[in-house]
Amino acid sequence: MTINWSHYEVENFYDELISAPNESRPVAQHLSDYLSLLSDADIKEFKAASDLAIQTMGITFRVYNDEEGSIDRAWPFDIIPRLIEKKQWQTIELGLKQRVKALNLFIDDLYNEQKIIKDGIFPSHLLEKSKNFLPKCKGFSPPLGIWAHICGSDLVRDNDGTFYVLEDNLRVPSGVSYMLENRQVMKRVFPDMFEKYNILPVDDYPSQLYDMLAALSPRDIPEPEIVVLTPGIYNSAYFEHAYLAQQMGAELVVGDDLVVQDDNCVYMRTIEGLSRVDVIYRRIDDLYLDPEVFLPDSTLGVPGLMRAWQAGNVALANAPGCGVADDKVVYSFVPEIIEYYLGEKAILPNVPTYKCINPDDLDYVINNIEKLVVKPANESGGYGMLIGPHATAKEHAEFRKLVQADPRNYIAQPMLILSTAPTFVDQKVEPRHLDLRPFILSAKDITVTTGGLTRVALIKGSTVVNSSQGGGSKDTWIVDMESV
Amino acid sequence: MSMLSRVASNIYWLGRYLERAENTARIINVNTNLLLDLPKYIKLGWQPLLEITSTSDSFKAMYTEVNELNVSYFLMAEPNNPSSILSSLMAARENARTIREIIPREVWEQINSLYLVAKEQLSQPKNNRHRYDNLNKIIQSNQAITGTLAGSMTHDEGYDFLRMGRNIERADMTTRIIDVRTATLLPNVDQDIAPFETIQWMSVLKSLTGYQMYRRQMRLRINRKDVLSFLLLDEKFPRALKHTLKQVEYCLSDLPNSEQITHELSQLYEELAHAQLKTLKQESLHEFIDDLQLGIHSVHDALSRQYF
Repeated sequence: MTINWSHYEVENFYDELISAPNESRPVAQHLSDYLSLLSDADIKEFKAASDLAIQTMGITFRVYNDEEGSIDRAWPFDIIPRLIEKKQWQTIELGLKQRVKALNLFIDDLYNEQKIIKDGIFPSHLLEKSKNFLPKCKGFSPPLGIWAHICGSDLVRDNDGTFYVLEDNLRVPSGVSYMLENRQVMKRVFPDMFEKYNILPVDDYPSQLYDMLAALSPRDIPEPEIVVLTPGIYNSAYFEHAYLAQQMGAELVVGDDLVVQDDNCVYMRTIEGLSRVDVIYRRIDDLYLDPEVFLPDSTLGVPGLMRAWQAGNVALANAPGCGVADDKVVYSFVPEIIEYYLGEKAILPNVPTYKCINPDDLDYVINNIEKLVVKPANESGGYGMLIGPHATAKEHAEFRKLVQADPRNYIAQPMLILSTAPTFVDQKVEPRHLDLRPFILSAKDITVTTGGLTRVALIKGSTVVNSSQGGGSKDTWIVDMESV
Repeated sequence: MSMLSRVASNIYWLGRYLERAENTARIINVNTNLLLDLPKYIKLGWQPLLEITSTSDSFKAMYTEVNELNVSYFLMAEPNNPSSILSSLMAARENARTIREIIPREVWEQINSLYLVAKEQLSQPKNNRHRYDNLNKIIQSNQAITGTLAGSMTHDEGYDFLRMGRNIERADMTTRIIDVRTATLLPNVDQDIAPFETIQWMSVLKSLTGYQMYRRQMRLRINRKDVLSFLLLDEKFPRALKHTLKQVEYCLSDLPNSEQITHELSQLYEELAHAQLKTLKQESLHEFIDDLQLGIHSVHDALSRQYF
């Protein structure tokens, strides 16, 4: 059975490629025509080719607690790309740059003058409750005043087709290597589609990352020593750490490779002895960075690293403490943060968010809790959340109590219906929900990846896109329709 | 940019593990062939392979009978044997994974594929029919990896460490094979089995793919003294001990602070220079090889101390 677009269900969802049965969005016309001409054998062949490419390229992610301890799984990949028109993308890009620029000003302000609090825009008690605010960083400002050098923001589309920012990941966002590898796989599998479409390239990310990191070097030398600090091969994102180091020509190091000497400089142990390090792209969480300052038992980091950083002898990307803006309550303030620092309206909307500290919002949340998703301010990974439409009356009642008892600890959002895109499932094409994670680099300039990583929930009806829970990914094409 | 100590160590071990997998594949194949050529009453069997790889004890802890099926599975795929081909390839792959940013991408893909293919093909103990082909594939894939590295990796310090790993492992294996094969060679050579002695010496050469090269070099009937001198002292045959040591010495000339290691090497050369291969009786040959092995080990130790 070949692909029949008249059977493709688009009711109730905004689909990225198909607007109605048998009707493609303009950007997807060539693609849907092409796909409907494929035979079962073709589809099988493409699928096998992409599986083989992924296996031989060794594109993996690590899953914990599997039967063999922790093992590498092949990266789950869907061969139908997700397409976005360049014109629309340009607006998103501007919106992301604006957002990250404001967030960096915000973080720098929080650790220094706290003007935004003094001016009554951001309540100080919210800051006091923030788990990711590091008091150790007070009074410090990293080079260029930038804290979040690499940001991964999650975007979703609702039923109405609008892009919303779901969250900003400012600590150690991952996934960009899969964005790059997805493109490599597509080029191996579907070379002819690249002739039909003018697809903007993604390959220059590693060199942009390198330039951004090099710009942070405390020493003014032509080739600063840049390293990628990984927790090691058992980390779920180790593939990415190695990949990025390789692509940048930087050294991939673990904590033990580095040492801070009495001069408060960081060195790495080499076959010729110690060698000075200028910039560390760290993929280790704040609290594991330096056992002298944070968790004394941790062996992942480097004793003395914070000293070296605060002495200005080494740059850390992202800066410790930048996660303060990676917080759900801060998120709900981003439109105000943008206005406060930039004097502009936010280009990209947040998902509508009720701040329970506002009495009106609190009333609404209490009365409509069965329709809402309620999230605690300082948790991540979906812990302590209430998904109203899926919860029992008893759970609704419990959460009403929790929210009323501590309104400042909660936000609430309407339940979004994520957009879908056609996805191969058992040799049929069916709609599956997806999101998008672009990556934004900030130093002297701000750059955004062309598109980003599209994650797709492979299980019907599911909106869980995490790879560890059976999610997959798609190549994301920013397509220039004007030059076709 | 100077090389990280940990990375140097990983590349060195990558070289060793790949070489170990290849060598193990070679000796299994050669033993299979040898047994087909020997008369039934000469019971060489599979024990020597366990001795060559120093795995007799761990084998006996797991298996009761030393036979072709058990030993070949143990050496090819046994997960509890750390020097089985599969374990070596897995270790090579894990090492390659940690230095993916250093080695060419194609090589990572080759190592990864080699492991995946080997895992599928070697783990079926009953399948003897394809064993020769499967092992040959391992040898060839390994040669392809070596070739890709030679042709596409910058010949910098990392490459030096890789080659040192490969050559130290080779030196170790060459001496092991000589040692065990000479020890099991027929103790009382009488007229009847004399031709088979030649076959055994041929098998030693073949374990090291040295038969043809020996022929070209020596142009003589196969005999103990010449085989020994070829495998220990030849400077041009890649698996001869002297050659492997020269390679290590050559790599060291690029590296900083290598004096101690060079010193260990020169002691080994001394020993080799004074060897009386012609007059060495079986027992003293065994002692001599033992000394050489200790020497190889000292070179490895000195390397670790200096760089890792």
